[in-house]
Amino acid sequence: MWSDIVKKELQGIMGEQWVKDDPQSLVTHSYDGTPMLQSLPDAVIYPENTAQVSETLKVLSKYMIPVVSRGSGTNLCGGTVPVQGGVVMVMHRMNRILEIDLQNLTATVQPGLNTKQFITHVEGMGLFYPPDPSSMAISTIGGNIAEGSGGLRGLKYGTTKDYVLGLEAVLANGEVIRTGGKLMKDVAGYDLTKLLVGSEGTLAVITEATLKLVPPPKYKKTMLAMFKDIYGAARTVSSIIENRIIPATLEFLDRPTIRVVDDFAKLGLPLDMEAILLIEQDGDMESVERDIARIEEICRSEKAERIQVAESEAEALKLLTARRSAFTALARLRPTTILEDATVPRSKIADMVLEINKIALKHNVQICTFGHAGDGNLHPTATTDARDQEEIHRVEAAFEDIFEAAIRLGGTITGEHGVGLVKAPFLEWKVGAAGIEVMKGIKQAFDPHQLLNPGKVFAKSSRKRVVIEHG
Amino acid sequence: MAEPKTMEHGMTVSLVDTLKNKLDYDQLTNCMRCGFCLPACPTFRETGLEAESPRGRIALMKAAVDGIMQPDAAFEEQMDHCLACRACEPACPAGVKYGQLIEQTRDSIEQHTVRHRWWVKSARKMAFEGLFPHPRRMRLLGGALKFYQKSGLQKLTQGTGIMNLFPDELKGMEKIMPEATGTGVIKEIGVRHPAKGEKIATVGLFRGCIMDIMFTGTNVNTVRLLTEAGFEVVIPDEQTCCGALHAHSGEGGGAKKLAKSNIRAFKDLGVDWIVSNAGGCGALLIEYDHLLHDDPQWKDDAAWFASRAVDVAKLVVEHGRVPYFEADSQAGVRITYQDSCHVRNVMKSSEAPRKLMRSVEGVQFVEMEDSDRCCGSAGIYNLTQPDMAGQLLDRKMDCAKNTAAQYMITSNPGCLLQMKLGISKSGMENEMKAVHLVDFLYENMADKK
Repeated sequence: MWSDIVKKELQGIMGEQWVKDDPQSLVTHSYDGTPMLQSLPDAVIYPENTAQVSETLKVLSKYMIPVVSRGSGTNLCGGTVPVQGGVVMVMHRMNRILEIDLQNLTATVQPGLNTKQFITHVEGMGLFYPPDPSSMAISTIGGNIAEGSGGLRGLKYGTTKDYVLGLEAVLANGEVIRTGGKLMKDVAGYDLTKLLVGSEGTLAVITEATLKLVPPPKYKKTMLAMFKDIYGAARTVSSIIENRIIPATLEFLDRPTIRVVDDFAKLGLPLDMEAILLIEQDGDMESVERDIARIEEICRSEKAERIQVAESEAEALKLLTARRSAFTALARLRPTTILEDATVPRSKIADMVLEINKIALKHNVQICTFGHAGDGNLHPTATTDARDQEEIHRVEAAFEDIFEAAIRLGGTITGEHGVGLVKAPFLEWKVGAAGIEVMKGIKQAFDPHQLLNPGKVFAKSSRKRVVIEHG
Repeated sequence: MAEPKTMEHGMTVSLVDTLKNKLDYDQLTNCMRCGFCLPACPTFRETGLEAESPRGRIALMKAAVDGIMQPDAAFEEQMDHCLACRACEPACPAGVKYGQLIEQTRDSIEQHTVRHRWWVKSARKMAFEGLFPHPRRMRLLGGALKFYQKSGLQKLTQGTGIMNLFPDELKGMEKIMPEATGTGVIKEIGVRHPAKGEKIATVGLFRGCIMDIMFTGTNVNTVRLLTEAGFEVVIPDEQTCCGALHAHSGEGGGAKKLAKSNIRAFKDLGVDWIVSNAGGCGALLIEYDHLLHDDPQWKDDAAWFASRAVDVAKLVVEHGRVPYFEADSQAGVRITYQDSCHVRNVMKSSEAPRKLMRSVEGVQFVEMEDSDRCCGSAGIYNLTQPDMAGQLLDRKMDCAKNTAAQYMITSNPGCLLQMKLGISKSGMENEMKAVHLVDFLYENMADKK
């Protein structure tokens, strides 16, 4: 339990001003980017280095106080809401780039580093860090690693998990472990690096990361393809992949999403279209031109109404930035915006879009859909009002159906947001009872007293539902 | 949850009630806590603390209304700590009207607080009630100030160190005060000014109160610039203070009263546009519709007014004939620009001033790093929150220095004074001069008569 004794001990480690338990600090660390969730912690702390994290965890485990480590709290699965109280550990002060190794093409950074600042920094050195979550202007590298963040470039370049080579992390008992390193090959034992990526702060507190950098693409081209027929757009996605073209970015926005994004970013997007695809290809000039030409052909064969290629880099950037705002921009429609993260194999995108619209109709809820269609990762988003209990129940029922449909189509309940609190009851649908038991065993090995981000990933009970086997 | 701190009874309870009453709960709910506002917020950038961000402040407001926390002294301080620069608003994809929320909160606090430093409170009362709404008194004050500056009294006070009795932040400002006039724009050049060449539209000049006595010349130059650009200009003498300082400090009632007088003054003239050359004023003028939205008698006229209010640079670029500007000097002048937060974030005029500055022949425009970031002036923030304001200004002057510009151009009297203060504090008087955009343009207008 939090007490003055614990407070004194922690202040001894971090200094008085970095241990806060005033109402203001508690309220402002009681939420993250997930709607309708709020829970007050007992204290908020700001460590400055690994030693402090280690010492702190020793104290907290001695008193059995839970701890939620967090970056900017932009996640959408309730992953950083302190549902069991305890201490919120904010990593913002650990925000340095420790090394850029130009011989090995790696970067070693602290977890609190802002993702966009990092990307801008390495790009300034003529290098490229591809993971680009939509929240990158705000999010931290540590948060990206903990949640296994994806982004707009996931399709061609992979996501955060593909760029983490090594980690330093502190276990619940305060012991420091190091995994991986500046290595492209490493099969020494279980892959703890990959295990920690996406572990949502439930296994250890990440204090340092070694990341892979790659040479930047030489040339890129961005285009918009606009469709009167939403399924034509969705089929185009599958068709592009089938034609063995992997664009850097292949984003899907339906009509309501186009409208709100345009209302925010004032891009002059076509408001009479049912869907648009935002497509970017990068690489050598010749191959980019060839791919874009071929993609145009495919779009036309799926009856694209209009195709428009961005005239300048600034215009392309504006389009991509606007797309990143889609989730929040949807809040313009109704007070509460609940965004989900259903993902299917890329060939099933059109089927999934059909399913989502059917489900929305069935439950009489408004669901807008956008997302990283190229990697099968859709964000069906319900616009609703948290104050209308009855409607919220319908929304929940609709999302249950959506998750079920995703799994039926061979997909998953979350592609990049993580399980956190929100998806915990559905995890068993995806991994099965045995899968859950294995995961719980791993959790037990890392954190025997359940102190690290308790209440996340594993639900007290799973939603009961007969799930059709993967087709 | 931690036990909320108890405070003097009665006061807390009624502040909660006032917050519940005043705060727009829909706007509080519309904030979905995505965090897009965080990188845009100067106080968050300086401190890295969630509570110092718009997302954090909205969470605090909502927690107070929802009964999760008591709005204690720290809560009030946090609300004061916001610059109200509103950089978070263009950054918010959800379109949350943060400016309105912070004003509603401050308005509520102002009704209950006993906390302000004595000189802030009494100076406010004097200025807000006794001075700004009374143009004649403002001109008298201007005359007194002019006397003070011209008679040698200023030299004397500076020499005797009598200013040491005042807080540092006032001392700094006293040194860089521009020369006041006791006249105002109407006394200088009269009420009505025909357009040069074919008339495009009739515009009413909003002269401002401090603006008019401290920067009479800028108002005069605004008229000349506008007539040259094809506008007939009228300056209704019945207009009064815009009410921005009242509204931003939580005195909504005073602001509404002033707004009504102004609406009447300009409506009677039937102007096509109401032009402002001070961001702080302009931002409120353009939101008179919001200010009076629940007043059925004034709602429509307020909307009429708000839809016509426009920043001078934006009006010239978008509707006028842009005059030909050419620098006198052959040497090649370097200029840079500090956005007025309110011109940029509320009046949405950031391209237009740059377009005008770039159009001046023989002048090189250099963009300053973080030119869109608040300079710390923020109404009277630099007097009430000197620490944060000073921190922001120091950072700003580092960026200013890097531009190696001879002119620091601004679009708002508060920013202009703050830039003058910054230049003086960092010892750059010989390299850089702060000038209002309108004055700079008029100076470089090729055929001024």
